[in-house]
Amino acid sequence: MISVNNLQVAYGQSVVIPDITFETPKAEILGIVGRNGMGKTTLFRALIGMLPSKSGTITVDGKDITTMPSYRRVANGVAYVPQGRMIFPYLTVYENLISGVKGKVSPDAVSEIYSLFPVLQEMRKRRGGNLSGGQQQQLAIGRALMTNPSVLLLDEPTEGIQPSIIKDISRSLREIRDMRKLTIIVSEQLLSFVLDTCDALAVIDKGHLIRRARREDVDAEEIKTMLSV
Amino acid sequence: MFEGYTAEELQSIFIMQGFSGLSLFSVLLLMGLGLALIFGQMGVINMAHGEFMALGAYTVFLCSNLTHKYAPAFGPYYFICAIIFAFFICALVGALVEWLMIRHLYHRPLDTLLATWGLSLILQQGYRSIFGAREVTPTLPDWLMGSYTLKEGLDIPINGVFVLGLSIIVTAALMLFMYRSKFGLRLRATVQNRKMSGAVGIHTQQVDRLAFAIGCGIAGIAGAAFTTIGSTGPDSGSRYIVDAFLVVVGGGTASLLGCIASAFGIAQAQSVLEFFLDGTKGKVATLLVIVIALMIRPQGLFPSKVRGN
Repeated sequence: MISVNNLQVAYGQSVVIPDITFETPKAEILGIVGRNGMGKTTLFRALIGMLPSKSGTITVDGKDITTMPSYRRVANGVAYVPQGRMIFPYLTVYENLISGVKGKVSPDAVSEIYSLFPVLQEMRKRRGGNLSGGQQQQLAIGRALMTNPSVLLLDEPTEGIQPSIIKDISRSLREIRDMRKLTIIVSEQLLSFVLDTCDALAVIDKGHLIRRARREDVDAEEIKTMLSV
Repeated sequence: MFEGYTAEELQSIFIMQGFSGLSLFSVLLLMGLGLALIFGQMGVINMAHGEFMALGAYTVFLCSNLTHKYAPAFGPYYFICAIIFAFFICALVGALVEWLMIRHLYHRPLDTLLATWGLSLILQQGYRSIFGAREVTPTLPDWLMGSYTLKEGLDIPINGVFVLGLSIIVTAALMLFMYRSKFGLRLRATVQNRKMSGAVGIHTQQVDRLAFAIGCGIAGIAGAAFTTIGSTGPDSGSRYIVDAFLVVVGGGTASLLGCIASAFGIAQAQSVLEFFLDGTKGKVATLLVIVIALMIRPQGLFPSKVRGN
């Protein structure tokens, strides 16, 4: 479970997220949709600690992580799949997977990832940079899962990926949620992906959450007008 | 330039110069490996790298003095311990320097050049104040002296063999460390994307400090090796720093294999050419070769390639 209270994030003097509050319970997938420049990526970078928070708090399973550096947030159960994947291009697929693991690498954990994304097993000795976009996305998700998170953050996982793989990713995310009972927050521009994947949906606009709804109550047409430029 | 030598003499000259080139290769390789870690991997232009080498050499000198003063019986064996000391003392000082100075400059790589150059001047003056301007030599154990005579006119010095062996061991250890250990993996990840490494759970500041310390420690080993083939003065290190950078740049900054190949090429070229031409001309010829090589292969000898780069 993750709860964010009155979080404010800014680049220097320019405040991108003035005040945001939300909570996502265990085993729920929350989709955050919004147009470009509305603060999706900024929010995610603040949650993982790549950007400092100005004020407010972030707690994960009751633990305050607001002032922790990234690596300690990971140790406390947050994992992050950034926009543009950002896998390590010169490390092999296997090395990418185990890069964040502390201590001994459990073979079971690795084979669990391989069974989720079989293509990674085939490619395990290739360099990450030689994978296709969709494969890199799967690798980035696998890498995030290796640290055994309770909260998984995915920033625009469908960006630049072919439609057939988007379906796969959607299915895998639900599978992961059912298997590990973790909280997943996905930011998206693609409404269809959110409707396929998420249990709840929130619309972000100028750093505020202007609408929140359960999946079954969503009026797709209404959200579409909110997303149109 | 070959007039006046018989074929047999030429052969012996090439073998002996080639071998003295191997000693130079060993020192350059050890210097280059440390720099490859610090400059090639972390992007810090460490102008004080030579002074870390001198620190290693002075450590051996001190060990030698202390041993012969307090435990002369230990004389034949102290050298091995001194190498290990040199590594740890340089690594410790390196970690301290990283903590005090370098860590504030990771996002300003060019400023590291100025800052570490300043550090190198401070260290040089420090050596001058403590050890004096005159060059010093540790008392080497007997088993390092002398040479094998393979045949008439062909002598292979033992210290050269020792230094070569040492650099092979250090290179192999570093390779294993970089490509087989968990820490090596974290280091390679951090180098590729520092922010993302933090976000997958790597304590990047710790990785940086340890990498810098190990780089400096290897410079210390280079310094220890250097004491067997030359005497140590306050500016000994700065005489090798340019060559060491050439090794790293020529080999391709991210590649240890390239580092070995270019150290070998530079050392051999210098050593053989210096015998037939004079020192300066030999150096000019070597530099020309590197300039041309870099024009043809700007990424160095062994660049790393992935899709889209």
